[in-house]
Amino acid sequence: MRTRSHLGRGLAAHAVLLTYTLIALFPASVIIINSFKSRRAIFREPLALPTPETWDLVGYIAVLENGDFFGYFLNSLIVTVASLAGVLLFGAMAGFALSEYRFRGNTLTGLYLALGIMIPIRLGTVAILQLMVSAGLVNTLTALVLVYTAQGLPLAVFILSEFMRNVSDDLKNAGRMDGLSEYAIFFRLVLPLVRPAMATVAVFTMIPIWNDLWFPLILAPSEDTKTITLGTQVFIGQFETNWNAVLAALSLSILPVLVLYLIFSRQLIRGITAGAVK
Amino acid sequence: MAARRPIRWHIAVFLAPAVLVYTAIMIVPLFGTLNLSLYGATDDGPRFVGLANFRALFGNPMWSDAFWNALGNNVWFFVIHMLVQNPIGVLLAAILSSPRLRFRAFYRTAIFVPTILSFVAVAWVWRLILGNTWGIAPMFLDSLGLKSLYAPWLGKEEYALTTLALISVWQFVGIPMMLIYAALLSIPDEVLEAAEMDGITGWSRFRRVQLPLILPSIGIISILTFVGNFNAFDLIYVAQGALAGPDFSTDILGTFLYRTFFGFQLQLGDPNMGAAIATAMFLIILTGVCLYLFGVQRRLRRYQF
Repeated sequence: MRTRSHLGRGLAAHAVLLTYTLIALFPASVIIINSFKSRRAIFREPLALPTPETWDLVGYIAVLENGDFFGYFLNSLIVTVASLAGVLLFGAMAGFALSEYRFRGNTLTGLYLALGIMIPIRLGTVAILQLMVSAGLVNTLTALVLVYTAQGLPLAVFILSEFMRNVSDDLKNAGRMDGLSEYAIFFRLVLPLVRPAMATVAVFTMIPIWNDLWFPLILAPSEDTKTITLGTQVFIGQFETNWNAVLAALSLSILPVLVLYLIFSRQLIRGITAGAVK
Repeated sequence: MAARRPIRWHIAVFLAPAVLVYTAIMIVPLFGTLNLSLYGATDDGPRFVGLANFRALFGNPMWSDAFWNALGNNVWFFVIHMLVQNPIGVLLAAILSSPRLRFRAFYRTAIFVPTILSFVAVAWVWRLILGNTWGIAPMFLDSLGLKSLYAPWLGKEEYALTTLALISVWQFVGIPMMLIYAALLSIPDEVLEAAEMDGITGWSRFRRVQLPLILPSIGIISILTFVGNFNAFDLIYVAQGALAGPDFSTDILGTFLYRTFFGFQLQLGDPNMGAAIATAMFLIILTGVCLYLFGVQRRLRRYQF
């Protein structure tokens, strides 16, 4: 009796999770599946997998001929990687200072930096645009990198300083005995130890930057600086009725993040559930 | 204590880059925006107008109708998230954390997938699924014998906002799920075993043992949802355009700010009114965060294991 109710509950659990998994995966799969089909096949059977008869890459051809997707992709990559480097390096340095040294204003600096976790940077957009206009940075990738670095820092400092508190003091003091400078202690002893936390922060920081539409739209909408999110949005607006092109463009914007996510999902989940080791 | 030692320059070096970038790009513009909201454009340049922009925003029908409409819609957007997203997140996390569950990693990974998709993809795919052109939704309802329930939801004034809120819930349910899941994992086995000894299992174990222990996490999720919702823009912009149609029924503060700041159709952009709206959003978010920090968080008991 007891085992039967156990089995029942297990089945119910799987039923709920499986249903939700289908709901979660269905939309993205609809896009990707149909992007490989001919226009007629999309409308006749939108849920069928592509077969040899319905297989058609006309959408991808249209995208490659009419949009500068490679350029958009490169812009997104440059912006994301550069911002990520800034967030991780500056965030780790500040996190180290806050966790390692006792100095006047330590708590205050920590709170000051933590403000940005709760207050979204978008609220300062009006003045950010003015700042970028006066600095001559409108329609440059630099503007985006600066904004995203500032946006990512608060959470990075917070998470990394929590992790650095757990790095053993003995190790750092041994380094000091050996005559290592504080910089060497940070770069050579502490940084390698917090690499898992850095990976977590990287994933958290990367997704909103890669997918952001607001700042590219406002700070860098020119053809040369469009990111892939903005580029896809504009491209789709122009090709609204060309479903093959729309689907191919959407697939191209989804796939890179999806692949990265599948590679790093373990890391991401471990990061979120950090400390909850069971 | 610091006075007795030499100045430790390395502390300043470690802190400087982060503090400088953050101050220059985030804090100064934030206060700059608050300041701009007190100015108005005249023929001879900007002039200090005090709170006139806010009087217009809250009281002059030319602005206030749109503002209160956007604020009301934004509140509804948030309410849907609280009522749908967070309970579903808790439910999924509770199931995921049950012992001896197989394929746990698969479910976790799959349910989080929508969260990593861009708003462009999310808005378009749901327009395709829900719309008439492809007929996936009507076909699906037809197969259940419920075809009469179908309506072009995103095009109807009375449904569009709720539909978009549910799409946003679909996209972000992975975040509460993960955070609650982490909180549930951090409850030690001994506590659960002790409950089992007392004959408390299943649903009553969840409600009487686990739920009180994850309340702080639910609090954090609520405030994150609040901040995220009152700052939302992308999904509505991509799905419905800057005019947040039909007839402004899906207009929220983010889209209203964008239209006011940049202008749309024949209306010119107005940075000062834009700044006033951003300031109003800032005050709303700040109030929410303070209520949480001083009202909710302090009352929640934390358990240290």
